Amino acid sequence: MASSIDDLKTEIKKALPGLDMVIAWAAGPDPLSHTPLFITEEADVERIEWDPRCSQNLAGYLPGLRGKKVGIVVKGCDARSLVELLQEKLIDREDVTIFGLHCTGAVDARAARKALGSLRGGLESVSVNGGTASFSMSGEPRTLPLAEVLQKKCFTCTGADAEVCDHFIGEHGEPPRVTETPATTLEELEAMSMEERLHFWEDQMSRCIRCYACRSACPLCVCQDHCAAQSREPHWVDQTDHPREKLMFQAIHALHTAGRCTECGECERACPMGLPIMTLKQALNRSIQDLFDYRAGTDPDQAPPLFEFREEEKNIKEREW
Amino acid sequence: MLTARYIADDKLMPWLLSLAETRQVLAPVRQGGQTLFAPLDADSQLDLEGLADASAKAALLPRCETLLEFHYSKGEGVPSRTELEVRETLPDRDAFLFGARPCDAKGFTVFDRVYDGGSRRDIYYCTRRDKTIVAALACTDPADTCFCNRVGGGPGDTDGSDILFTPVEGGYVIEPVTERGEAFLAEQPLVEAEGRLEEARQVRKDVAESMPGGDPLGGAQGEVLRLFDDQEFWGGVAAKCLSCGACSYLCPTCYCFNMTDEINGDDGVRVRTWDNCMSFQFTLEGSGHNPRNGKAQRMRNRIGHKFSYYPELHDGNLACVGCGRCIVHCPVSMDVRAIVAQARDRALAKQEHAND
Repeated sequence: MASSIDDLKTEIKKALPGLDMVIAWAAGPDPLSHTPLFITEEADVERIEWDPRCSQNLAGYLPGLRGKKVGIVVKGCDARSLVELLQEKLIDREDVTIFGLHCTGAVDARAARKALGSLRGGLESVSVNGGTASFSMSGEPRTLPLAEVLQKKCFTCTGADAEVCDHFIGEHGEPPRVTETPATTLEELEAMSMEERLHFWEDQMSRCIRCYACRSACPLCVCQDHCAAQSREPHWVDQTDHPREKLMFQAIHALHTAGRCTECGECERACPMGLPIMTLKQALNRSIQDLFDYRAGTDPDQAPPLFEFREEEKNIKEREW
Repeated sequence: MLTARYIADDKLMPWLLSLAETRQVLAPVRQGGQTLFAPLDADSQLDLEGLADASAKAALLPRCETLLEFHYSKGEGVPSRTELEVRETLPDRDAFLFGARPCDAKGFTVFDRVYDGGSRRDIYYCTRRDKTIVAALACTDPADTCFCNRVGGGPGDTDGSDILFTPVEGGYVIEPVTERGEAFLAEQPLVEAEGRLEEARQVRKDVAESMPGGDPLGGAQGEVLRLFDDQEFWGGVAAKCLSCGACSYLCPTCYCFNMTDEINGDDGVRVRTWDNCMSFQFTLEGSGHNPRNGKAQRMRNRIGHKFSYYPELHDGNLACVGCGRCIVHCPVSMDVRAIVAQARDRALAKQEHAND
């Protein structure tokens, strides 16, 4: 990755004079997750970091910067968000310059913090090699299995290379090989009765603090400041602390992103309570795939299925029942 | 006379459970991969390593508190008249908050100045405060994001606590801080600390010395205020902010709330819920005008409130206790320490420039 970062910096320096800004990652206050960097001057380029700590999907900033010429650095999954934003005409292709990378897996900062213990001694570097992640702490490498330290979305990565881009930096490659992964929350839920599923979600939602980081971090949550969760009229969700109210919001979020969600995992990464809320979107995405043979974020020229109306849907046989 | 006591590691959980028979015991327990303050029972997995993921503030300022309940009914004999019955819902349970860190406990002193501020007493908060014994647990392993020492606190401080627990070899030294802490402990079957008190003091001293360094973040009221109209500064600082409420809701000192009536048929409740100044709705006026329309203005308010407006009103005390949860859990890794430091540098640079 060392050469990738040098090539990335070189490409960004070349492009910067024609752009208002470039969004990349830099070292942040948390040794386990890098933070967004908004580059406007060449000197900022030297602060760019590129390693498995670049977990955040930066695509979510683009709709808010519409009208500006913006460069953006993306991993494979981030690029799928970009594709969806293009499909929905929330961003303009000619205004966005995409620097694509091959991702070896993105660190789940919370899980890694737990696995590594105290980081007071500092953390010099993080890398993924084959089936393990290596954390260099005070010169001592600590090697941990990927299943313990990567984000769950990486376990089922469908493409680690940014497929839509203007500049691809470094070598193309395969998704991380994550072995011995625990059962996904979706698989666990499918083995449960309806009553058990409701109980599961009530238990999870009892911890929700209603900070709405899930929504704010979602690159496809377009309503943002005008969200149904806080609307009094209509009164979809009340403000009491009942888990079912909070689950109702998650249901609204999942339905609003059905067929649009690219499973970038930002909702779960942002949740300070660690709630497995992407599961709801995954369940809907499965239905979308079954009904429409469609996966969000794969083809910029395709229209999302719920954006279109057809008198006859190929897989929905309403008249043959 | 305040007497220090001692409890062995293996006696701690049974003692807390015995307390739970007569009062609510709130303690940091493992819940779904997180460590959160929750009512303790025999099945709870107590977690006293490091800082809990959320602060202990809900013990005194619940996420959602019912202020009153009401019921509409048709007037007797006069069908056109609607009668309204209102029922008071003051907290009535004694509580014991165990394992709050000194920063969490200090956060309560930030609330006290607001909710118990002389002429303005919030009866819900004050009732809970009176009914809750706060037993803090001195820190032994501060995280890389801890900075209590830069905002007027310390890993073994007692501000806001009634009792302080300090981990020592084999157990905990328990020191009363307030008279009511002493009165509470006097009724408990605990042995005296005797020689272990010195060990506890040494533990606190060693941990205080091991804290990460850095300049104090207090005393910047004037500097932060001078940047009030500096759009470029706040725009730059807030560029990556997502405008979510994770920082406020995990913060031990953020005390802003919203009030709503939630009505179901003829019955309703008036609830007070946490609110946060990073939300667009926080200052949205009925006319549709929003004086803090963008995230830059909201970030200015968050930093301004904690490091300028609050200390200006409350004798220089900051509305930040340095727990670092807003840093650890921020989805974009905002660093409040860096923002205050940058604000101070920029204000000083501007002033020097003005004097040129």
